[in-house]
Amino acid sequence: MSVRRLAKEQPASWDFAPDTLDKASWWISKYPAERRQSAVIPILWLIQKQDGWVCEPAIRKLAQMLGMPVIRVLEVVTFYTMFQLEPVGSAALIQVCGTTPCALRGANELMALCRDKIGPKDQLSADGLFTWQEVECLGACVNAPMAQINDYYYEDLTPATLAKIIDDFKAGLSPKPGSYAGRHTSEPAGGALTLTDPSLYDGSRAKPLKIPNAPEPA
Amino acid sequence: MVGILEDKDRIFTNLYGLQDWGLDGARKRGAWNGTKDILSCGREWIITHTKASGLRGRGGAGFSTGLKWSFMPKEVREGRPHYLVVNADESEPGTCKDREIMRHDPHLFIEGCLVASFAMQAHACYIYIRGEYVREREHMEAAVKQAYEARLIGKDNVHGWDIDVYIHHGAGAYICGEETALLESLEGKKGQPRLKPPFPAGAGLYGCPTTVNNVESIAVVPTILRRGAEWFAGFGRPNNTGTKLFCISGHVERPCNVEEAMSIPFRQLIEDHCGGIRGGWGNLKAVIPGGSSVPMIPAEQCEDLPMDFDALRDLKSGLGTAAVIVMDKSTDLVKAIARIAYFYKHESCGQCTPCREGTGWMWRVMERMAKGDADPKEIDTLLEVTTQIEGHTICALGDAAAWPIQGLIRHFRPEIEARIANYRAGKPHIQGHTLAAE
Repeated sequence: MSVRRLAKEQPASWDFAPDTLDKASWWISKYPAERRQSAVIPILWLIQKQDGWVCEPAIRKLAQMLGMPVIRVLEVVTFYTMFQLEPVGSAALIQVCGTTPCALRGANELMALCRDKIGPKDQLSADGLFTWQEVECLGACVNAPMAQINDYYYEDLTPATLAKIIDDFKAGLSPKPGSYAGRHTSEPAGGALTLTDPSLYDGSRAKPLKIPNAPEPA
Repeated sequence: MVGILEDKDRIFTNLYGLQDWGLDGARKRGAWNGTKDILSCGREWIITHTKASGLRGRGGAGFSTGLKWSFMPKEVREGRPHYLVVNADESEPGTCKDREIMRHDPHLFIEGCLVASFAMQAHACYIYIRGEYVREREHMEAAVKQAYEARLIGKDNVHGWDIDVYIHHGAGAYICGEETALLESLEGKKGQPRLKPPFPAGAGLYGCPTTVNNVESIAVVPTILRRGAEWFAGFGRPNNTGTKLFCISGHVERPCNVEEAMSIPFRQLIEDHCGGIRGGWGNLKAVIPGGSSVPMIPAEQCEDLPMDFDALRDLKSGLGTAAVIVMDKSTDLVKAIARIAYFYKHESCGQCTPCREGTGWMWRVMERMAKGDADPKEIDTLLEVTTQIEGHTICALGDAAAWPIQGLIRHFRPEIEARIANYRAGKPHIQGHTLAAE
């Protein structure tokens, strides 16, 4: 478990942006009418997209919207670790995966770099541009070490490539997500050794077929 | 040819995303081909043939997928609709296979949702994707939209079985990969596992009959039925059949995902697909063969090891999600397991005392042992504590936290002892200075 609390300083009020509100109703429509509480996590995520973090007045607003007691929303927001409970860097939130598969391939060096370039973890940098965190397995282990920056995955990193990415964000650019070792995705470095048979892709698989062992039509 | 499986027998033909993942590309590669004919064979037929293929759940537990489906009530009762919920909360350290299915072959997966929903008479399917997979969610939303527009799913679709597919997402809790925690989370609550029974097939999502399956289990089903249960059952050893996505990470020359035949020997898997162990085969120290929850096995047991459920179970480990984490001789195994212990401490939901307190306790002791700052007697105390956590919690997270440490002590106890001896050398030692529980 991790201990998570709301930020000490909270805004006096908060409101849904029109776009957030539209998307929120789209989420609510996915669940049976009397089960709108199901949308709580996706809408909290929208709130975080709007502001970069989740503040206390927003939690109250959401509870009202979904007809939930405030404490139930508070429980959710403190339980799920993707919700940022205080403001984060305006240029980038860098979440370095520190779990064993990434650690085996150099995640600790990435974190040392973040410490040097940005400052202590879990704290807003002095210039307000960056926050970096160590997070648990992000599920891109064959592209280790990696980090999630804002929404997307930056993979096969080295301290040098991560330093360049941080500099780019600092300069207001949006570096491209994906592998930084020249791989397309999760194929072995140097190119895929399998799935090279051209007949997989020539359309022959789309020809009409007979289902094997199908029962005889009555 | 590399490996055992030929390209023509691979199910996920766009595993690496080199082709178009959209509907046109997927159709060209054979997705949505003959789906209506599959449904016209009837649900009994689908369940029987899924069972016959020997498909065992790909989420880690390895329970027969067809058998699981057959637990759903035969009749749909008024006010109690059936649900299919797909577990795409892939968070087990080492595992990154469902991600590739969702971003590169989403249509095979959606087709599987239709077939499975039909087999268990569900008209609604929720796909619970881990929150961090933003790109994967975007692809899935787009693919679902394409499928609706082509009337492959939805009301009055071309297949004659109404089915709504909804994408849902979490927000960074490993525990939501446990099926009942996932259902709690999907209902908008903290992800804390439910006591079983009742099992989800009796009372699951919103109290209605529900089956929760892993992404890979669902996505392989249409291809299995298209090509025949015998085709799938023809790979691997008896009771361990089929093809499987392996994720090989850690100290290999070229880490990668690959679809291979079940029961492929470990050495062949590593040498053919990953260019071997970093520094040569002799440099291998230990392997975690199925994601962080399973105990490690030492190099000397790996040579001819078939990578399947039963062979790994016999070694007191497990295939889990087939996430193979390779560690060479440069690895500090105690530290590696201490990091895994931290993971479980971080991810415990806090509901059951043995797990909430035990995972933190084990992590703190492991951290001390990684330095050597411990008493040799504490190794036994630690082992004893792992057995008090294992099997004493509502869900399997307690077991998953205990097993990696048990694996370490089982195979590499001398390494911990040496660490402790080394740390103590030259230091004055006061009896009772360190206490296991701080």
